[in-house]
Amino acid sequence: MDQDTIAAISTPIGEGAIAIVRLSGEEAIKIANELFKGQDLREVKSHTIHYGKIVDPSTKEQVEEVMVSVMRAPKTFTTEDVVEINCHGGLASVNRLLELALLQGARLAEPGEFTKRAFLNGRIDLSQAEAVMDLIRAKTDKAMNVALKQLDGKLSQLVGSLRQQLIETVAHVEVNIDYPEYDDVEEMSNHMLIERTDAVYEEVEKLLKMAKQGKILREGLATAIIGRPNVGKSSLLNAFVQETKAIVTDIPGTTRDVIEEYVNIRGVPLRLVDTAGIRETEDIVERIGVERSRKALKEADLILFVLNYGEALSEEDKKLFEAVEGLECIVIINKTDLKQNLNIDEVKKYAGDKKIISTSLIKDKGMNELEEAIADTFFAGELDAGDLSYVSNVRHIQLLKQTLQALEDAKEAMEANMPIDLVQIDVTRAWELLGEIVGDTVQDSLIDQLFSQFCLGK
Amino acid sequence: MTTYEAGNYDVIVIGAGHAGVEAAYAAAKRGASTLMLTMNLDMIAFMPCNPSIGGPAKGIVVREIDALGGLMGKVIDKTYIQMRMLNTGKGPAVRALRAQADKPLYIQEMKRLLENEENLTLRQAMVEELIVENDEIKGVITETNAIYRASSVIITTGTFMRGRVIIGDISYESGPNNQRASVKLAENLEKIGFDLVRFKTGTPPRVNNHTIDYSKTEIQPGDDNPQHFSYETTEAILDQIPCWLTYTNEGTHEIINENLGLSAMYSGMIKGTGPRYCPSIEDKIVRFHDKPRHQIFLEPEGRNTEEVYVQGLSTSLPEYVQHKIIRSIPGLEEAEIMRAGYAIEYDAVVPTQLWPTLEVKKTAGLFTAGQINGTSGYEEAAGQGIMAGINAASRALNKESVILDRSQAYIGVLIDDLVTKGTSEPYRLLTSRAEYRLLLRHDNADLRLTDIGYNLGLISEERYQRFLQKKEWIDQEKDRLKKCQLKPNDKLQAMVEEVGGTRLKDGIKAYDLLKRPEVSYAFIEKVTPSDQELPFEVKEQVEIQVKYEGYISKSNQQVERLKKMENKVIPEGIDYDDIGGIATEAKEKFKKVRPLSVAQASRISGVNPADISILLVYIEQGKVAKAANR
Repeated sequence: MDQDTIAAISTPIGEGAIAIVRLSGEEAIKIANELFKGQDLREVKSHTIHYGKIVDPSTKEQVEEVMVSVMRAPKTFTTEDVVEINCHGGLASVNRLLELALLQGARLAEPGEFTKRAFLNGRIDLSQAEAVMDLIRAKTDKAMNVALKQLDGKLSQLVGSLRQQLIETVAHVEVNIDYPEYDDVEEMSNHMLIERTDAVYEEVEKLLKMAKQGKILREGLATAIIGRPNVGKSSLLNAFVQETKAIVTDIPGTTRDVIEEYVNIRGVPLRLVDTAGIRETEDIVERIGVERSRKALKEADLILFVLNYGEALSEEDKKLFEAVEGLECIVIINKTDLKQNLNIDEVKKYAGDKKIISTSLIKDKGMNELEEAIADTFFAGELDAGDLSYVSNVRHIQLLKQTLQALEDAKEAMEANMPIDLVQIDVTRAWELLGEIVGDTVQDSLIDQLFSQFCLGK
Repeated sequence: MTTYEAGNYDVIVIGAGHAGVEAAYAAAKRGASTLMLTMNLDMIAFMPCNPSIGGPAKGIVVREIDALGGLMGKVIDKTYIQMRMLNTGKGPAVRALRAQADKPLYIQEMKRLLENEENLTLRQAMVEELIVENDEIKGVITETNAIYRASSVIITTGTFMRGRVIIGDISYESGPNNQRASVKLAENLEKIGFDLVRFKTGTPPRVNNHTIDYSKTEIQPGDDNPQHFSYETTEAILDQIPCWLTYTNEGTHEIINENLGLSAMYSGMIKGTGPRYCPSIEDKIVRFHDKPRHQIFLEPEGRNTEEVYVQGLSTSLPEYVQHKIIRSIPGLEEAEIMRAGYAIEYDAVVPTQLWPTLEVKKTAGLFTAGQINGTSGYEEAAGQGIMAGINAASRALNKESVILDRSQAYIGVLIDDLVTKGTSEPYRLLTSRAEYRLLLRHDNADLRLTDIGYNLGLISEERYQRFLQKKEWIDQEKDRLKKCQLKPNDKLQAMVEEVGGTRLKDGIKAYDLLKRPEVSYAFIEKVTPSDQELPFEVKEQVEIQVKYEGYISKSNQQVERLKKMENKVIPEGIDYDDIGGIATEAKEKFKKVRPLSVAQASRISGVNPADISILLVYIEQGKVAKAANR
């Protein structure tokens, strides 16, 4: 029973209005409680459900509104302490939740592991055992397929090269240990070790940064179309949708009246948020006011702010300009087919360094320029689309974070002047963790490395 | 052939090398009447290769053997010509003792100990056949038609099985050092159905001490205050003999390259797989051709012999080329070779045919240990030998068998690797093979294993009491340091600063102060001496246990987690074909290795976590079904 605590998304992803992240194990309640703002879950009765908010403990940022069920051992599915966090069905939010749980010390469940635990703890009867085994096999195959697809060639190459750097370093330490009289290599010092692991540390850090971008790629760049009534927001939406015919999914939320639509613009997936508002009424500002817009804007990675070429800049426009201050935003001057009433210089003044694109959506003009601007905005900097697809998988991200931690531990030990064979434990751990990403952790390869790198023997 | 009944024993050991002597001694000590058969009684525990014992990982094995009550440590402590502690600049986990042995003296001392052992009979004889009835061992038949019967038999025939010596293009049937090869026994094993592989190893030439110009070499002396392998050794040997270091050069490499085609290694004469960590000089030059030089250690083979072992020059090149090579090396220009180097090929048993007790799966009561199991090295052989001896006696005397796990001993790592993973080349222990290296230290071998040795009857009462006393002192001293609160007075601050530490902010427990990297136990002792006169080993132990407590407890946690899986026993007679869902590769491996625990199953290469999950569920299902039937 006293196994580690596992976590997983236990509802089909992207298919439901509500998603559940389930935790099972000794620490399940403790872990959930660390993320939960509301009642102290450690104190609540068993088999009760609680409303509250999930807060990222490191940034204090509020992530989600949730309902949390707490079920204490032994009367649970797995017979261990179980916590189920119910959140909105969007991929992004549920992934984020899982990630936070993993960061608090839960381990990502293996395929079928909840069921396996249920069985091993005597919860499921004998006749079901066969089914459990089939389930593990089926889920494993599926998970492996998915994992293989997610394992980008470039990622595995990069991880491979980082592992190579680490294993060469480890082999160097090992050769000093196992062949202390072998004088062909320098005695590896803590100082040398720091230098070598620092290089890997930086690369892993970079990968994690990319992971954030990669996540955007996978889950879509949250994009809000804003503007006064009748500026052409729905035309823009339609133009996107028609152009790409690439609606990935639409997920009607239950508590939030939001429909998300996915479109792909030149390799950049946009997740268009609050499109329901646009479809139902052009009157977004009138209906919910600038305040609501501001809130929607906060969640967006990219804002498309539409103005009407045929009308002068209004007070509302100016308020919206204020609202997008400091955010990633493209200003679209639409309806250039109409007679000009908009003072372009004034728009430029308010827009500052924001990009301005002119379109006439009704005449099919300017979409090319707009798409280019979106792609430019996203790919600005050194990243290219290939890099961005590197790391998008929660498991990979988790492993990279653990790798970073192991390298930090090693560094700490080095600074505390620990003997090198102890420091090396954490370096080896980092190598193993990276190996889990690419599915290769065979201990023997260290020994292979040892004998191919150095000329040893009597 | 008229055979005759020559005697009944509990345990018969075939072979008297490093595995054989430990096996025979352990079995006899446990109370089993034991017969040790060797084809040459003058070669008991002979070292056919380098004259040294110990080193990283291997030295710890010697300590473990001693903690269990074995012989190797005691004998080398009495016969070394030089002792060195290696890796002293590194952490305690990788410190290792290595001795240069006096080869002839080692043989004499080992033979003397064995001859004086109750329950143990030594006899010169070549075993040619095993008597196996209904998959159970019954005894052996010798070349001279003697039948010896026993309920356990241990084969420790090293590299003798169909041994073949190769020097250049010359090759002949032979065991090491021109002893007879064991051919009929190998054929017999094949007939019984053993899976055998062909391995290869080699040894360098020996030269005459008087013909070496040591002025061109560097001296490699022993330690001034030698430590010892055995927990029973009290006296040091102080007149130590140095080794010497020289190097090959481009001239050497040229000779080797010119004659590469003549090397048995490269002419295709050798079919066996050689160890990567013990390559021949021609191998080193081919694989690392840009290295301008290789180290050569000159190691005396004893006090009363002039033969010097040329470590680093293992070769199967023709004898006349060996002369040229030797004379190209600084210090050896005039050197006379006394024995040429050679390669040797031999049959080894595929070790996955063994249980972790080293008993052969298909033949009850038959055990194999040592180089025959595909290992290399005296220490690896001896480590297996003592375990096979213990377990062979267990079987004969109807007692519990003993399996050391990977967190208990390097011996456990070694045997688990062999029987779980097998080996594709002669297996050598390396510290990196142990996942719990920090727990398997030189200094704590006694703490890990003395209880086991004592319970088996291999450790004397007197020694055990001494051990208990040591343990008590360690605990007491740790307790004392935990309670001892030190005030940050000027004197202490000055002392801390003197050793390069930062000043103390507050008072501190002596225990916590000892955790600082710059603080040693000797330092603590100056600040707050114990009121008892503690031996060095106790102080050392306290220092290590306190200083590395964090790392040690991390390792212990890992072990605890593993233990849960070790405790999940796979039922005997499990039918892997009956388990749906396990991948075919894993199924085949399970059937071959027949792991005893889920943890062992998970260590088999090619088995993935899903297979293990399914196996777990299947085992659980069986238990539930059993309970339901009751």
